[in-house]
Amino acid sequence: MDQLLQHCLNALVLGGTYALLGIGLTLIFGIMRVVNFTHGELYSFGAYMMYMFVMLLHLDFFLSLLLAMLLGIALGAAIEFLLLRKLRGADIDTTMLVMIGAWIAMQNLEQLLWSGVAKSIRTPFPSSPLVIGALSVSWNRLFVLAVALGLIMSTYALVNRTRLGRAMRATFQDPDTAALMGVDIGTIYMSTFALGSGLAAAAGALLGPIFVVTPTMGDLASLKAFAIVILGGLGNIVGATIGGFILAFIEELGAGYISSGYRDAMGFLLIIAILLVRPTGLFSRKERIG
Amino acid sequence: MRRVVTIAGLAFLFSIPLWLGNFYLLHVLIITGIFIIAAMSLNLLLGYTGQLSLGHAAFFGIGAYVSSLASLGFEVHLLPDWLVTLDPKPVWFAMACAIVITGLCGWAIGRIAFKVRGAYFVIVTISFAEVVRLVALNWDELTQGPMALNNIPPLSVAIPGLVDITFIGKVANYYLVLVFAILAYVIIARLVRSRAGRAMIALKENEALAASVGIDVTKYLVLATVVSAAIAGAAGALYAQYVRIVDPNVFLFIYTVTMVIMVVAGGKGTLAGPVVGGVIFGLLPEGLRSLAIAPEVQWIVYGVLMILVVYLLPQGIVPALRSLRQHRHPINSEPQPHADASARQVAP
Repeated sequence: MDQLLQHCLNALVLGGTYALLGIGLTLIFGIMRVVNFTHGELYSFGAYMMYMFVMLLHLDFFLSLLLAMLLGIALGAAIEFLLLRKLRGADIDTTMLVMIGAWIAMQNLEQLLWSGVAKSIRTPFPSSPLVIGALSVSWNRLFVLAVALGLIMSTYALVNRTRLGRAMRATFQDPDTAALMGVDIGTIYMSTFALGSGLAAAAGALLGPIFVVTPTMGDLASLKAFAIVILGGLGNIVGATIGGFILAFIEELGAGYISSGYRDAMGFLLIIAILLVRPTGLFSRKERIG
Repeated sequence: MRRVVTIAGLAFLFSIPLWLGNFYLLHVLIITGIFIIAAMSLNLLLGYTGQLSLGHAAFFGIGAYVSSLASLGFEVHLLPDWLVTLDPKPVWFAMACAIVITGLCGWAIGRIAFKVRGAYFVIVTISFAEVVRLVALNWDELTQGPMALNNIPPLSVAIPGLVDITFIGKVANYYLVLVFAILAYVIIARLVRSRAGRAMIALKENEALAASVGIDVTKYLVLATVVSAAIAGAAGALYAQYVRIVDPNVFLFIYTVTMVIMVVAGGKGTLAGPVVGGVIFGLLPEGLRSLAIAPEVQWIVYGVLMILVVYLLPQGIVPALRSLRQHRHPINSEPQPHADASARQVAP
């Protein structure tokens, strides 16, 4: 029983960052119809920025986190501007191939800059975990969960309560009509991509200090983010949040009770199973955003 | 004229081992040839039915594993007290098994994946490849996991009194791959010029319209997937018996990407496209390597080239050359600017 609770606690922490990844991708995928293979690279970018600021430049941990996220937003905006802007209206395969090319180039650039050796990041948290009864959880993980939940709620508020968010929802429903109503589609696309990238970078910056940082850490992150998007339905922020937690629970319990070797396969089996039963995702009445 | 070019091209391909003294280059050509076969099979799906499968390395890898396991034999516990044993089989039989089983996998995946389209289809195929890779990595008893399957026997063909060849060494394997590639090309060419092929192209152009005139959408998509998977499986089996070691890395996403870029760069939906794209992107890493730059830089160049190809030649090299020729000789060229003009002829 204690073991089960411990697994659930671990899953909760992991689920928060999965949800961040999923929300970022579901916005990009939903609004821009771009299958974003660079999403995982933004995730590892966040982790490497964290490494650079904390371990090489000796900046404050929390300031580094903020900087990593801001740089993720900037990089996302740059990718949208340089690679995707001219391809607006191109079919989904074309943009996907461009994103795959960008992904290969970015990952190898990372490998070139930082070498393939795994890096670890020092944290300011006490090394003794918080112990409640038979459960224990490190302070760092609690911090990750708290920040992740804060970011999820901010994103939800941004999309549902602000002018920019309303323009994003309008663009999701019908880009042409939104443009006719005076929405600048170019700005919306750039903000969407930047926001999604920032969330991915934040997920990487949060998880980097818990695990280690490697150039290929983004590969599985991309694929898992796709799994979460499918689970939650396209463009559905609440769905992606719940989907992130579901995936984390399935992985954690599957690794604990079935086989740890197949931990990463759980998500993919889940995708295949869900698409067989409910191709539009578990929580979608119809495709919507918000 | 066309026939002369074809014969000259084939003669050139068959003559290569006679004058190319460099065995390393011959090895590169063999591997490139194997990937061209896989790219041709992907083109059937991507170019003719318009479905982007990003799990194609799975069929390639399954072909490699089935062929190796059947030729090596295995003992595996499906349940704790249910032992399944297979004695080593001749390699030609193992390769045939690989083709049949990957074809069956293609059928199963086609039935499942064609419930969805577009980006969802892409993600189902990626998931499939990733699951298969993880199975190959973790099912130690069958696949040896990361230890890899070693000492895979090479193909040998023995008909008493007629031939007795073992395909060992570069020259023999070059001819083996060349013959398989020509076979795959002919099979795909026949298929896309048939009634079924026209149905597939109609699906790509407008699925709703095609369905409305009575084309059974799922049937033709699954047919394309089965043929495509079986040819990719054959390429995998060829790879296994040539390299003679197979590990779970054959399922890596980068191999699928390599096949996709070969098809897209060469021109999807053209028969010559994957061959042209395959030669370029198969030899490109070797060219970059000879410039003596770090492997990471090679891959960065590869990624950037991929983006440039999509930007500059969105239709691919072969259609671009074709339209260039049409501008020069507008009278004696065919009227259709893209895809296979001959694929659209009216049935007699």
